[in-house]
Amino acid sequence: MAAFGNPQLKLLERLCNASAVSGDEGEVRRIVLAEIEGLADEVKVDALGNVLATKKGTGRNRPRVMVSAHMDEVGFMLVAEEGEGLYRFETVGGIDVRQLPGKAVLVGKDHLQGVIGARPIHLTTADERRRTIPLDTLRIDLGPGGKAKLGERATFATRFQRNGPVLIAKALDNRFGVATLIELLRHAPENIDLLAAFTVQEEIGLRGAKVAAHAFDPDLGIAVDSTPANDLPSHDGEENNAYNTRLGLGPAIYIADGSTLSDPRLVQFLSATGDALGIPYQFRQPGGGGTDAGAIHRARAGVPSISVSVPHRYAHTAALISRVDDWKNTLALLQGGLARMSRDVIAGSR
Amino acid sequence: MPDLLPFLKDLLSAPGLSGYEDPAAEIISARWKPLVRELSRGRLGSLHGFRPGSGPEPRPSIMICTHMDAIGLMVTGQTGGFLRITNVGGVDARVLPGQLVTVHGRRDLPAVVAQPPARLLPPEIGENPVPLDSLLLDTGLPPKQVAELVRVGDLVSYAQAPMELAGEVICGHTLDNRVSVAALTICLEELQIRPHVWDVWAVASSQEEVGTIGATASSYELRPSIAITVDVTFAKGPGASDWGTFPLGKGPTNTVGPNIHPALQKAIQDLAEKLEIPCTLEYTPRHTGTDGYATQVSGEGIPTAVIGIPLRYMHTPVEMVAIKDIQRTGRLLAEFIARLEPDFTGKLIWEQE
Repeated sequence: MAAFGNPQLKLLERLCNASAVSGDEGEVRRIVLAEIEGLADEVKVDALGNVLATKKGTGRNRPRVMVSAHMDEVGFMLVAEEGEGLYRFETVGGIDVRQLPGKAVLVGKDHLQGVIGARPIHLTTADERRRTIPLDTLRIDLGPGGKAKLGERATFATRFQRNGPVLIAKALDNRFGVATLIELLRHAPENIDLLAAFTVQEEIGLRGAKVAAHAFDPDLGIAVDSTPANDLPSHDGEENNAYNTRLGLGPAIYIADGSTLSDPRLVQFLSATGDALGIPYQFRQPGGGGTDAGAIHRARAGVPSISVSVPHRYAHTAALISRVDDWKNTLALLQGGLARMSRDVIAGSR
Repeated sequence: MPDLLPFLKDLLSAPGLSGYEDPAAEIISARWKPLVRELSRGRLGSLHGFRPGSGPEPRPSIMICTHMDAIGLMVTGQTGGFLRITNVGGVDARVLPGQLVTVHGRRDLPAVVAQPPARLLPPEIGENPVPLDSLLLDTGLPPKQVAELVRVGDLVSYAQAPMELAGEVICGHTLDNRVSVAALTICLEELQIRPHVWDVWAVASSQEEVGTIGATASSYELRPSIAITVDVTFAKGPGASDWGTFPLGKGPTNTVGPNIHPALQKAIQDLAEKLEIPCTLEYTPRHTGTDGYATQVSGEGIPTAVIGIPLRYMHTPVEMVAIKDIQRTGRLLAEFIARLEPDFTGKLIWEQE
């Protein structure tokens, strides 16, 4: 198995600290292109901005395996200027407006610092404090005289940090996946053709994956993403039986989400891989949500697909929390799975 | 003061919640040490710096009061590795979800204010703000480790680092009221080269955010002849445009109202006009919400003034202040002190009926 340690975490840090709101993924794309240079037989950037990298194996009867990770993150777009460094903005992707007041943001390619403030508590009424602050009253404030261009994107300003087993960062969803794909390309096995898609616009409707899967025309697809761990206590002390995933229990294998029924043979294959290699894994609770697999499995004449995610808490907020070991085990499970992959896996009965 | 910003950033990065001001007091003490003859701590934690004047004894004294305590959170309990919290000082729970904080446990731990998923909250909350008692702190560490490192009563500070934004503003948490401490520091440095007749008490007061406690104790202990409180006031900006708000970067405010001695207020305003330091009158019909409320009624009563530094987004982790306003305030204080005549208190008279 490939090494896991500081170089991988440093790569993840650079990826998390980069800004890449859906439709404006250039900063992450540049890191990806630089990291995978020389690792693949062919690399291209398609019409939407996906990075498509092909690394051919050498064995006979190799399956074409697509792995997909979205590069984009949720964020903001500046939509109107009010002078004196104040800007109206809209959200891009599913952001809870309650997560916005009192946050630092970074605007545009130059990471211009700004803030989203809130009315001083002293000037609010008790009644007002029981109501959510609406988006149309919030502003990105660059400071008096601060200048940005309308249409520029902004992200939360959180910088990546590690505290022992814990990672705290923005955009772990889905820089985990991006970093994983880079590592998979670095150590691509010879028994498959590895088709790595670093996709755009997942957060606004799996749009990059749709065309990437069409272009690759794979035999099977694996979306590598990051999924919520809602493993917090319930307010009433009752058992939390809707946790989705739990931090610390390893990669989350998908059986069903809001857009995809995973191919049962791939569920069986990946869990058997984990068992055989002694890698912990968990099944994501079947339910809503979705990944690039939602687009991949519908491509062309259909592509047997599955998703594997690194769990994180606090999806689509300024500060997500994850565990180093969950990522390490996700990478190990996928490396182990790809090394054991053959056409037989998807030839058998369901 | 060319190195104002590094000092201010250090001060803004230090913890020091109400009642636990030592980390801030240490940074201020180090800076004030060469600027004052004596440094001491009041019984309730305020920092007192004394600069003797040059006049004949008994000399009158002026106290400049700037509170150094910060608002924040406190741990009230643990549940499955997550921490329950309450507020220290005035915190709008609507700015908390997703904030990075530091839990001052057996060691400092980074943590995030967690807004639990809707399914785990009382259903009546819906899309409304999640109240403080339903928010949690998450260090991401396993429950056993959290139990070892954190206990009830541990303090929690905002972790937002100070930032410099366009237009020469500084932004971060606890600008309320450490920018005023910085202004007082500028004043003390100017007084190094400006003779002054009066004694000066530079006070970084404690526990302002929980009821002007430190200033109450310090003004009684020090018994100054007059007291000027410097605190932040509301700057105009998103969500704040009413008559009680003041433009950012256009100078400090000088408060008019029942907490203020009108003759002292007028003397400050006259001086500001003479020096061409922009200074807006701020009308406060009742409680100023500052240490001035406490100093005025200390002992037999102390003539009090309140100077305000306009600040946006008060009591959020992204408070914003124009650096120029800090400098102007420091200069105004120094000029006022340097020009105090031995008999100035005799001029603090009420208009005859």
